[in-house]
Amino acid sequence: MLRLPSFRLEQPDTLPQALALLDQAGPEAAVLAGGTDLLPNMKHELRRPSVVIALSRVKGLTGIAEAADGAIEIGAMTPLAEVAQSALVARALPALAQAAALVAGPQLRQRGTLGGNVLLDTRCQYVNQSHFWRSALGFCLKKDGTVCHVVAGGSRCVAAASADTVPALMTLGAVLEVARHDRTRQLPIDAFFVADGIVNRRLEPTELLTRVRVPRPAAGHRGAYGKLRERGSIDFPLLGVAARLDLSEAGVVEHADLVLTSLAAAPRRVAGAADALRGSAPGHAPAEFETAVRRVAELARRQCRPLPNLPGDHEWRGEMVPVYARRTLLAAAAGQGPVHHV
Amino acid sequence: MLVRGLRRKIGVILQLQVNGDVHEVDVPDHWTLLEVLRYRLGLTGSKQGCDKGDCGACTVLLDGQPAISCLVLAREAEGRSVLTIEGLAPRHVAAGGCGVDPVQAAFDASGALQCGFCQSGMILSAWALLARNPRPRPEEVRAALAGNLCRCTGYTQIFDAVARLATAGAATAPETSPEAVRD
Ligand SMILES: Cc1cc2nc3c(=O)[nH]c(=O)nc-3n(C[C@H](O)[C@H](O)[C@H](O)COP(=O)(O)OP(=O)(O)OC[C@H]3O[C@@H](n4cnc5c(N)ncnc54)[C@H](O)[C@@H]3O)c2cc1C
Ligand code: SF4
Ligand code: FES
Ligand code: FES
Repeated sequence: MLRLPSFRLEQPDTLPQALALLDQAGPEAAVLAGGTDLLPNMKHELRRPSVVIALSRVKGLTGIAEAADGAIEIGAMTPLAEVAQSALVARALPALAQAAALVAGPQLRQRGTLGGNVLLDTRCQYVNQSHFWRSALGFCLKKDGTVCHVVAGGSRCVAAASADTVPALMTLGAVLEVARHDRTRQLPIDAFFVADGIVNRRLEPTELLTRVRVPRPAAGHRGAYGKLRERGSIDFPLLGVAARLDLSEAGVVEHADLVLTSLAAAPRRVAGAADALRGSAPGHAPAEFETAVRRVAELARRQCRPLPNLPGDHEWRGEMVPVYARRTLLAAAAGQGPVHHV
Repeated sequence: MLVRGLRRKIGVILQLQVNGDVHEVDVPDHWTLLEVLRYRLGLTGSKQGCDKGDCGACTVLLDGQPAISCLVLAREAEGRSVLTIEGLAPRHVAAGGCGVDPVQAAFDASGALQCGFCQSGMILSAWALLARNPRPRPEEVRAALAGNLCRCTGYTQIFDAVARLATAGAATAPETSPEAVRD
C-alpha cells in the first residue's frame, strides 16, 4: 500500500483562478493534470506539496485545433489518447501521434495529458522507488541525499528525460504557451529543457503550461517515432527516437531532424543529421538515401552514450541507438512507423 | 471555489456516484478513489496491487472509460459515474438479464484466472472495449488489455474469453444483450 502524503486540494474552474492560486502558493504547490506522474512521485515521497491545484475543471485547456495559419494547437490538458487518435494529428504530425500512442498503457493514456507528458519529471532507477527503498540504499542528489548512484563521484543528477512526446515535438519545432497570473509567454520547446536531472525544464513554479503549438508542417513532411522498452504493453522508454524528413515536391530531403530521449536529463538532437540527409531522395535514389541514414545512425551512436540511469543494460541501450536511429528514419521516409518491437 | 471551501469546513461531504448509487462520504483530500471504494464503501472488488499505476488491478470505469483508481483522487471523481466490478451483475440484471454479466460468464467459461487478483480490472477493461467495439480483432483485444497485468494465466485464456464474446459479436455485446455467453 502506498499512501499519499496529506495536502489541501484546490479545484479551480477557470484559468485566472488557477493562476491566482498558484501565485499565492508558489513553490509549496503542485499542479495536478492527469496525475499519472505526480501522484506516484508523491506516493514515493519525492514531492510533498502542501497544496495541490487540479486543472481538471479549468475550462479551455483541452482540444486539438488547426489555426488559421495552419499551425496545430493542442490544449495542455488534452488526454494523450485523444492526441493519439486524432485524425488531424495522425495526418499532419505522424511522429507525435505515434509517440502519444506508445505512452504507458491505455488507462494511463486516457488520463495522462499532453502537458503532463511534456512536464514529466526525469527518471532514474535509483529514485523512482519508495521512500523505504531509497532509505535502504541511501538517498541521492535528486532527493534528500548528497551522492549520485549512477555516476560515482558525480555532482550533477543525470536522471533521464523520459517523455515520449517531447522528442517528436522537438523535431516539429513546437512552441509552448506558458501563463503566469500577470503575463503569458511563448517558449520554443528547443530552449525549454536543460541538462539537470533535478529540474530539467525552464518553468517557473507559478507558471502553467496552457497550450502546445506546432507550426504548420511542410507539404512533404514525413515523421516517425521509435521506442525501445522492456515490455511493449506499458513501460517507459529505454530509448526514444523521433525523426523528421521534409521532402520537396521532387522528393528531395529539404530539411531533416533526429532527436533522442531517455539518455540524460535533456533530450538530445543529433548534430549533423540535417546536413547528412539534406539533398538525398529516398524515393528516387534509395541506396544513396540509406547511406546517408547509416551515416546519421553512426553520428547518433557517437553522440549518445546511455548511462546506467534506467533499468537494464546501458551498453545494450547504446548499441540500440544506431539501430533505432536508422529504422526510425527509414520508417519516416516510407510514411510508416512507429518502430516498436510489438 | 469559496463555496466548496466553506462546504468542506462546515462538514459537507464528497458525493460519489458508484454503480448507479450516490454515496456521501467524508474523506480527506489526499485519499484516492481506490481507497474510498475499498475502505469507505467496502467495495473490495477493485484490487490494490502496486498502488502506483503499473498493474491495472485497481481498474474501474470512470464515465465508461477504464481508469487506474489508485492514481485518481477521490475528489476528482466527483460528478462522474464510477462503475466497479460489483456493479456489473446488478446492471446486467437491471437490463433484463439473469445471472452475471456476459463478460464475467465468458471469463468463467474460459477459465481465465488462477489467483483472480487481476480479474476485476481485466473484466472491466474488456467490458469497456466490447461496449464500444463488439467485434474487436485479436490485436485490438491485446491493446485494450495492455494496462492490465496478470502474473498467473499467461493471458491466453483471458484473450480466449474476450474472443468468445467477440466471435459472438454484437448480439452478445454487454451493452446490448441480456443473454450470457455460457458453456
Ligand atoms: C506505469 C506507468 C507507465 C508510464 N509509461 C510512460 C511512458 O511510456 N512514456 C511516458 O512518456 N510517460 C509514461 N508514464 C508517465 C505519465 O503517465 C505520462 O507521462 C503522462 O503523460 C503524464 O501526464 P499527466 O497529465 O498524468 O501528468 P501529471 O502527473 O498530472 O503531471 C506531471 C508533471 O507536470 C506538472 N504539470 C502537469 N500539467 C501541467 C501544466 N499544464 N502546467 C504546469 N505544470 C503541469 C505536474 O505538476 C507534474 O510535475 C507512465 C506512468 C506510469 C504510472
Ligand atoms: S542520476 Fe544520480 S542523483 Fe540523479 S536520480 Fe539517479 S542516482 Fe539520483
Ligand atoms: S493498484 Fe493501481 S495500477 Fe496497480
Ligand atoms: S489470475 Fe493471478 S494475476 Fe491474473
